Amino acid sequence: MDLENQKRVKELAEQYGPENIVVLLGAAEGEASGLAAETVTNGDPTYAGPLTGVSLGLKVYHVCEPEVKAEFDEAVYEEQVSMMEMVLDVDDIINEMTSIREQYCKY
Amino acid sequence: MKSVIKGAGYILVHTPDMVLHNGTTQTTERIVNPDGEYLKELPKHIRTFDQALSYWPNQVYIGNKTPDELAAVPQPWCDKVCDVNDRYGHFGQIMPQEEFLLLMQACDVFGLVKLEKGFVEAHKAALAANPIMDESIMARIPAEQTEAAEIQRLVDEEHSEGLYHNGELVGCVNRAHDIDVNLSAHVMHENLVSKASSVMALLSAVKNAGIAKEDVEYVVDCAEEACGDMNQRGGGNFAKSAAEIAGLPNATGSDARGFCAAPAHAMIEAAALVASGAYKTVVVTAGGCTAKLGMNGKDHVKKGLPIMEDMIGGFAVVVTQDDGVSPEINLDMLGRHTVGTGSAPQAVISSLVTNPLDKHGLKITDIDKYSPEMQNPDITKPAGAGDVPLANYKMIAALAVKRGELQKADLASFPVKHGLTGWAPTQGHIPSGVPYIGFAREDIMAGKLNRVMIIGKGSLFLGRMTNLFDGVSFVIQANTGAEETQAGVSEEEVKGMIAKAMRDFAATLMAQAE
Amino acid sequence: MSILAGKKVIIIGDRDGIPGMAIEACAESAGAEVVFSSTECFV
Repeated sequence: MDLENQKRVKELAEQYGPENIVVLLGAAEGEASGLAAETVTNGDPTYAGPLTGVSLGLKVYHVCEPEVKAEFDEAVYEEQVSMMEMVLDVDDIINEMTSIREQYCKY
Repeated sequence: MKSVIKGAGYILVHTPDMVLHNGTTQTTERIVNPDGEYLKELPKHIRTFDQALSYWPNQVYIGNKTPDELAAVPQPWCDKVCDVNDRYGHFGQIMPQEEFLLLMQACDVFGLVKLEKGFVEAHKAALAANPIMDESIMARIPAEQTEAAEIQRLVDEEHSEGLYHNGELVGCVNRAHDIDVNLSAHVMHENLVSKASSVMALLSAVKNAGIAKEDVEYVVDCAEEACGDMNQRGGGNFAKSAAEIAGLPNATGSDARGFCAAPAHAMIEAAALVASGAYKTVVVTAGGCTAKLGMNGKDHVKKGLPIMEDMIGGFAVVVTQDDGVSPEINLDMLGRHTVGTGSAPQAVISSLVTNPLDKHGLKITDIDKYSPEMQNPDITKPAGAGDVPLANYKMIAALAVKRGELQKADLASFPVKHGLTGWAPTQGHIPSGVPYIGFAREDIMAGKLNRVMIIGKGSLFLGRMTNLFDGVSFVIQANTGAEETQAGVSEEEVKGMIAKAMRDFAATLMAQAE
Repeated sequence: MSILAGKKVIIIGDRDGIPGMAIEACAESAGAEVVFSSTECFV
């Protein structure tokens, strides 16, 4: 994840309390989703950014996952995201995200 | 008046040492993680020039292989050897690093590029033998070169940016100002690489188009760098400075910027300039980007792959007035992402693809080939960015299904029929639709295709000035033949008819007066 | 219990996936407060 974005995630988690934060991702495929999710839960796996060795354990979802999708306004999701479900490998994304949450999510 | 695609040039430069010293992934790592595994492991993953030559996507980029031939080669491609490994190609060439460092010096008009004497002696003849080089460019390389010890001193004490070859310091780029960060050695290096690769592209395109250098009246540079000083950071002008070195005496020019969308913007601007009659011949050009070298290197190294982002890219397209045969740019069928379009992928694709088609009552399937973002998936897939062109085709196909123009069962075959497999290096603006223009021109002229859509998209938000996305598209189509004179009457004839009417009227008046 | 309603949401979109602004619209429709939104680019 971009180093500046890691910095902002860290600052915001401190400011609002990690239990009050949810991270939503829009990555293009499973592995990239998993890496971003790992960064905001267990720490930066590339050892490059401010989240290296920082285990925030934040709650994190990909925007196409059913748990969060169910909470969005249906019409908004349809207009903003739905077409990408035909493009992305949503099952792969769900698998990666679920695995990361099970391992590292604290909230 | 119509504007046509007269020719195109595509060039690559193999710059393995610049991957290590100038790519931002590596320069950042050197700051945050200087003793990390990545920097230790990286040099083992660097390709030789021969490996870069026999890499399939590179041979497609310079036109020795076609996109169709590439699509037939199973991915990944980095472990395959292309049966063609020529450094010169149908559209341009792949230049080795040593020649390019000399060309950078030839392109530097402020005496900032210093090269070691022996290095210049060893490689000057090779650059002179390059078919796009001429005496005017070779004469720009100074007779007096620099001692190795002086270069080392400049790097150690004067903040000069080192130029390396095979791991050895063989030269440097000096800062152009002691205080001004916009003229720092780092910025000058980045800009001279962009300029030198743009010069290569310009020379290749002019040659391929079969026009005289004197014919070029305007050059538009659409790269992603900025040149200027502390009082005007992006003052410009890469276009004119490259035209000077390329020997285009009658050209002026300017820089167009818009991240990866800039080449498509620049093509539309060039076509409009020609169609309006403002200029007869306009060349759109762009050099490459050192910052993006090895951009996804961490993922490539982690997966045991070679560093495939070791190529500087460049392209140029010559747009001229109608010649009756070359494919035309249809300025009446432009797609554009507007301020109000929003960022939903569906809205973006509609604005770029279906809006212009709807204006003409065409369906998505009426475009034979789409060329959106032609990033090489061999590079992007291992880095988690997926197959970018394929994702674009899936979006276009999904939209076609939604509009009832494509059966859902044909979703999978759409990318094969109307799409291309990506082959361009991840040099930002370089892959953005334009790599296909050379092939499209030839396939349209051969009657294999009728209409091709070039789509450029840009991530404006990276500049932190807006959260907006951007993009424009245009259609290249078969030449519709000699331009019809309006209703068979030319301007000259109209003038003649008016003059005759006036004379007749005057004669009538005179007759009445008598 | 809902995941998003009343929460502070951080958005990391992707230029070649779902961009940040599109996710913002979704998050807000679920009653979340977007405190940061960005779009990454790998190409």
